[in-house]
Amino acid sequence: MLDRVRMSETEDHDGILPLVGAGISVRRNGRNLLDNVSLTFDGPAITALLGSNGAGKTMLLRVLANLVEPDTGTVQWGGRSPDAARAPRLGFVFQKPVMLRRSVLANMKYVLAAVGHDRASRTDRAWKALRWASLDRLASTPARLLSGGEQQRLAIARVMATEPEIMFLDEPSSGLDLASTALIEMLMRGAASRGTKVVVVTHDIAQARRLADDVIFLHQGQVLEHGPADSFFDAPKSKQARDYLAGRIPDSPTL
Amino acid sequence: MQDFGAAFGEAFRLVAAFDPDLFEIIALSLRVSLLAVFIAAAVGLPLGATLAVARFPGRGGAVVFFNALMGLPPVVVGLVVYLLFSRAGPLGALGLLYTVTAMIIAQAVLVTPIIAALTRQLIEDMKPEYEEQLRVLGAGPFAMVMTLLWDARYSLLTAVLAGFGRAIAEVGAVIIVGGNINHVTRVMTTAIALETSKGDLALALALGIILVAIALVVNGLVMGLRDTAKRMGYA
Ligand SMILES: Nc1ncnc2c1ncn2[C@@H]1O[C@H](COP(=O)(O)OP(=O)(O)O)[C@@H](O)[C@H]1O
Ligand SMILES: [Mg+2]
Repeated sequence: MLDRVRMSETEDHDGILPLVGAGISVRRNGRNLLDNVSLTFDGPAITALLGSNGAGKTMLLRVLANLVEPDTGTVQWGGRSPDAARAPRLGFVFQKPVMLRRSVLANMKYVLAAVGHDRASRTDRAWKALRWASLDRLASTPARLLSGGEQQRLAIARVMATEPEIMFLDEPSSGLDLASTALIEMLMRGAASRGTKVVVVTHDIAQARRLADDVIFLHQGQVLEHGPADSFFDAPKSKQARDYLAGRIPDSPTL
Repeated sequence: MQDFGAAFGEAFRLVAAFDPDLFEIIALSLRVSLLAVFIAAAVGLPLGATLAVARFPGRGGAVVFFNALMGLPPVVVGLVVYLLFSRAGPLGALGLLYTVTAMIIAQAVLVTPIIAALTRQLIEDMKPEYEEQLRVLGAGPFAMVMTLLWDARYSLLTAVLAGFGRAIAEVGAVIIVGGNINHVTRVMTTAIALETSKGDLALALALGIILVAIALVVNGLVMGLRDTAKRMGYA
């Protein structure tokens, strides 16, 4: 077991970065949910994935995480096709957190076991991660009894504890109070500064401005903009991005 | 009518006095059905979960097959097991006919499809919620089955209890393969059938009272499990 942990530390050449999507399209019911999307994630930095509801943000993350097979195009992790063995190197915080029917601590330990930590290091790391997320006093509570914000925090702490190379966070702070949001932003910054690539979907423009180094703007399944955050927010090139940032319904006449 | 009242009185006296004959029958019943359910759970839980998670050609047929077996009449199970173990049957050489072992096997055969089918349904309902989370962790089919089985533990225990309720109450299978031999293979249900036909209502009623009590306890446990699961947010 110890060998396995050591192995995974020296297996850096076997990583999943750069994570590359090339020409990805996903069609459902005659509609293009993703339309020829190409992008590369290489760490470390924080990328904000923006776009209105239904733009295809969640679908894009699921394709890149190898959860959905694209109809055309390819996904490559570290130069090779994705595989289950390297899946734990990608952390995914889903829009709706999935809480196992176990205690908070057991949820934490389950994930650590799944990525190959032995029993002793599991306990240590689990408690450390719970303290991080200020969830240690709830350790023995059944996870599904936590409030929405606490569940979201647990989902993030669960992913952080596995120290992935890249993290996807799908609207991690929607519905959270200011303190929880600040905590989550701190966790994301901490992960990025430790070398994890962070990709976050958010509708909180102020948050995106605070966090993001670069921005991907998705509109009806197409990447319309991909560039440094400052230039995106100060001078968005596409009309759709200007509409989105201004909170206008696309293509509606200005009142 | 007086006979009837007297029989009831005698029945309660037998229960209250811990009548040794009565309790020998109860003990054997519990032993047979508990062991049968233990075997059925050991086979049915992983079988049902695998059916829920795996994708293979013919899976739909397998699901329909186990669902159909769920409603199998106990006498038919008894008949099939009888044919297997009868002297001329394929397993006749084992000499198991009219033994407790044969009764356990018959009830296990009866209950396994029930547990497997209920497990399949429960796990299949839970799977969509868990699937993507487990896959991003790199979980293979085996890890997925084990995780779902554990996380469905409260509902699955209910399924196992349902199986026990069916086993302890059935008469058709055990009477055919066990033969209702006094002090050897006589269990509660077969004893009730025999004593009633002989007119010894007291013993039959006493056993009936115990059977009803067991049914109440099982249902109480099921309700308790449900409440606990709900209280923990596991429903
Ligand atoms: N499995 C699916 N089948 C059909 N349509 C889907 C499926 N998943 C998502 N969609 C549709 O694709 C569009 C993009 O969805 P999604 O990626 O969840 O958007 P968002 O950018 O809000 O995360 C939506 O219109 C949604 O209804
Ligand atoms: Mg979404």
